[in-house]
Amino acid sequence: MKHLRQLEDQSVYILREAYKHFNNLAMLWSMGKDSTVLLWLARKAFFGHVPFPLLHVDTSYKIPAMIEYRDRLAREWRLNLVVGQNKEALAAGMNHTMGRVVCCTALKTNGLKQLLEHKGYTGVILGVRADEEGTRAKERYFSPRDKHGDWDFRDQPPELWDQYKTTFPPGTHIRIHPLLDWTEINIWEYIKLENIPFIDLYLDKGEGIRYRSLGCAPCTTPIKSTAKTVDEIIEELRHTTVAERSGRAQDEGRGMELLRKDGYM
Amino acid sequence: MTLIETKPSENLNIVIVGHVDHGKSTLLGRLYADTDSLPDGKLEKVQAICKQQGKDFEYAFLFDAFLEEQEQGITIDTARTFFMWKGRQYIIIDAPGHKEFLKNMISGAARAEAALLLIDALEGVKEQSKKHGYLLSLLGVRQFAVVVNKMDLVGYRQDVFEGIEKEYREFLGQFKAVPSQFIPVSAKLGDNIANRSKQMPWYTGATVLETLGGFQKEAARSEQPLRMPVQDVYKFDARRIITGRIAAGRLKVGDHLVFSPSNKRANIRTVEAFNIEPQPAEGQAGQSIGVTLDDQIFVERGEIASHQEHLPSVSTAFRANLFWLGKRPLEKERKYLLRVATKEVDCEVASIHRIIDTMDLAQQQGSNTVNKNQVAELTLRTKTPVAFDLSASFEATGRFVLVDEYDIAGGGIITELVHDDQEFLREEARRRDFAWVKGEVTVEDRAQQYGHRAAVVLITGGRHTGKSFLARKLEGRLVADGRHAYLLDGENLRRGLDADLNEEERGQTTEMARRYGEVARLLTDTGLIVVSTTNPFGLAYQEAAQAIRTLVHPAPVIAVHMSKTEEEPPPNTDVVLSGPTDFDGATARIIDELKRRGVLAQAIGAKPVFQYSI
Ligand SMILES: Nc1nc2c(ncn2[C@@H]2O[C@H](COP(=O)(O)OP(=O)(O)O)[C@@H](O)[C@H]2O)c(=O)[nH]1
Repeated sequence: MKHLRQLEDQSVYILREAYKHFNNLAMLWSMGKDSTVLLWLARKAFFGHVPFPLLHVDTSYKIPAMIEYRDRLAREWRLNLVVGQNKEALAAGMNHTMGRVVCCTALKTNGLKQLLEHKGYTGVILGVRADEEGTRAKERYFSPRDKHGDWDFRDQPPELWDQYKTTFPPGTHIRIHPLLDWTEINIWEYIKLENIPFIDLYLDKGEGIRYRSLGCAPCTTPIKSTAKTVDEIIEELRHTTVAERSGRAQDEGRGMELLRKDGYM
Repeated sequence: MTLIETKPSENLNIVIVGHVDHGKSTLLGRLYADTDSLPDGKLEKVQAICKQQGKDFEYAFLFDAFLEEQEQGITIDTARTFFMWKGRQYIIIDAPGHKEFLKNMISGAARAEAALLLIDALEGVKEQSKKHGYLLSLLGVRQFAVVVNKMDLVGYRQDVFEGIEKEYREFLGQFKAVPSQFIPVSAKLGDNIANRSKQMPWYTGATVLETLGGFQKEAARSEQPLRMPVQDVYKFDARRIITGRIAAGRLKVGDHLVFSPSNKRANIRTVEAFNIEPQPAEGQAGQSIGVTLDDQIFVERGEIASHQEHLPSVSTAFRANLFWLGKRPLEKERKYLLRVATKEVDCEVASIHRIIDTMDLAQQQGSNTVNKNQVAELTLRTKTPVAFDLSASFEATGRFVLVDEYDIAGGGIITELVHDDQEFLREEARRRDFAWVKGEVTVEDRAQQYGHRAAVVLITGGRHTGKSFLARKLEGRLVADGRHAYLLDGENLRRGLDADLNEEERGQTTEMARRYGEVARLLTDTGLIVVSTTNPFGLAYQEAAQAIRTLVHPAPVIAVHMSKTEEEPPPNTDVVLSGPTDFDGATARIIDELKRRGVLAQAIGAKPVFQYSI
């Protein structure tokens, strides 16, 4: 439990730095376990309040239960929810059969970029974790994006002690990653410790399958698992060596690297 | 499916540093493989790719997340990865040793709790081995071990190992760094990584994994005196919560806190938290917390809360060791943004004492610039006083970064307090504030009542520039607007308060300014906006203005400078008026400045926009 409180202290510190330095700040919420923990940490940092909008980039292909859960929490926790959608691409019939990276770029990366541009956010908080996949391990807590929203991973600014990059040229923005040091197990341990409500798609409901990572319905497959409680998930994760995002199609090959350089989450 | 370690009860951040190609990535891959921490099939997959491309398998390939990296053959950035071993989760920051990537190595090491420093047994101690060793020490990484790698290439010879150990220990000794262990290994073949080497029976010390296991979690910072830099002040609901991360020590409900440099004081009423039952009553080093106070004092980000017995230093200057990573060189007399804990303030490089060559620690003097990747000893001077500590006593409040334009471009540790000319007055103000007897009415109450905060508007400038006229006009305008303003004219102190001074004493700016400043301090405590000129001080107005600032601190001073022709105004001037004066326009500009600084803010106490000037 002590290690969870240490992670919490660090994340809370980062959230408060973000709130102090960015006038136009927002947080991405995909309703998955990570960004929901992030949302909870914001309530910790701001003593029950969430003083910035939550953005959901809706691809229209999300599992319906996720949308219900989103709207329920938004009501109960009095959240300022902003939903964005790449309507143009959807109207033109964009879907995963046109290629996964193509579809993710259009509906998620571009959907996000449109939303950021439209609202003029200069700071965006995301629930990215270093242990999820390789490119995310290279992230900074405060990570600059250029005018096109692109990420120059080769020339990242130094990040020293608790001092983060909070100034940036006009037209660019900063991605803020308070969960960088958390692992998948930490997330579930914390959900248990704090009793955070989560979507039951993460649990096996008697069919021997559950979702380990949630994305769009067509590109996310459940894993074989009989974990029916948070404890059982934690136990399962302690013994697995299968990658967390193995059920996420866009990770295949060089998918994530190409997507993230262009400004994917 | 492999079975990995059970319960990870804690995390430890580790950085692996050393000269390029000395085997950092290989060691990391080996640690993963030997602790069964690799995802299923990852090893086989990478081996298969190597075979297909006709390359020899390298453990380093396991961590190449980017295509570019494979092309270049060097790891390029701080990558954080995890492995588990004996109830601990090790977060490894794979810091590359390529020269250009020092920035990333430093970012990694600044976050590390312990380090492994690699030296190639065949190549011996190289430039980067020294630089990294020195930087680890500068960055405050005190726990580290030296790993002498590629022992297989030197026939596992004890004398080679001992030669390197002797040479490197001597180097580290020059800045008093002491590694916990020197370990002879072959990362490639797995000697002394997880398993004791059969090739080196002469070595009986700890293996790499045993050494990692021996590293302690965080030093006992809770036992130090309290330091809590104020991060922000929230007022989302009825509570006015002061937040911050406790950098050292502990605090509890009822404690008397002193905030530096403003010297404001209050007792902790509650410790606030979300979803923690029962509500906590204390906090200790490492925690991000929030407290409410029993007195509505106005504190802001950047101040350091401590107990009265152990106050931090306050000055406008300090000496430091700094490493520079900026795209353009650091220059003497150039302005930078200084960040110490949560304080941000403009500063300039007063002098560069020497550049330190990390190769042999030789010192080179007389430079006016510090280039990228150089380390220097220098003195920084800040625009307004800051609270800080020496890094030898307090880590978090004893280090800083410099921001050049948009980027953090350098970092350093504070080695010495430099006394400035305001030291005696500042000490007087501190003693006076600590003993100040307060009534029931707080500063905040007065501000609410008056609809504005207290401040001093100080008009400086040469003779016959219209200072007194402007001061009168401003007082009139403020009062007409319903503000509580008062014109403090120096003449009025002369015959009364200063009646005990003889002619000669009256000519001494120091004492005159001290008296003047103390009167202004009393008036601001009543909640007034004091309008004044430096007329009594003649041409010594700069010195007098500085003394007044120190004494009325933390009430804001709005400095207005008047001159007949264009001239350089004194430092920290807020409103510059030169040439023939349009007094109405000048008054309007000063009122705008009072608004901008939050003195005439509409909603007092909502979100603090108020900036102290001194
Ligand atoms: N013979 C031998 N070669 C090694 C050993 N460790 C690393 N190497 C080789 O040294 C080269 C550089 O290693 P690498 O881990 O990439 O170095 P880095 O630049 O410090 O990360 C690679 O070709 C490795 O195979 C070792 O213990 N013995």
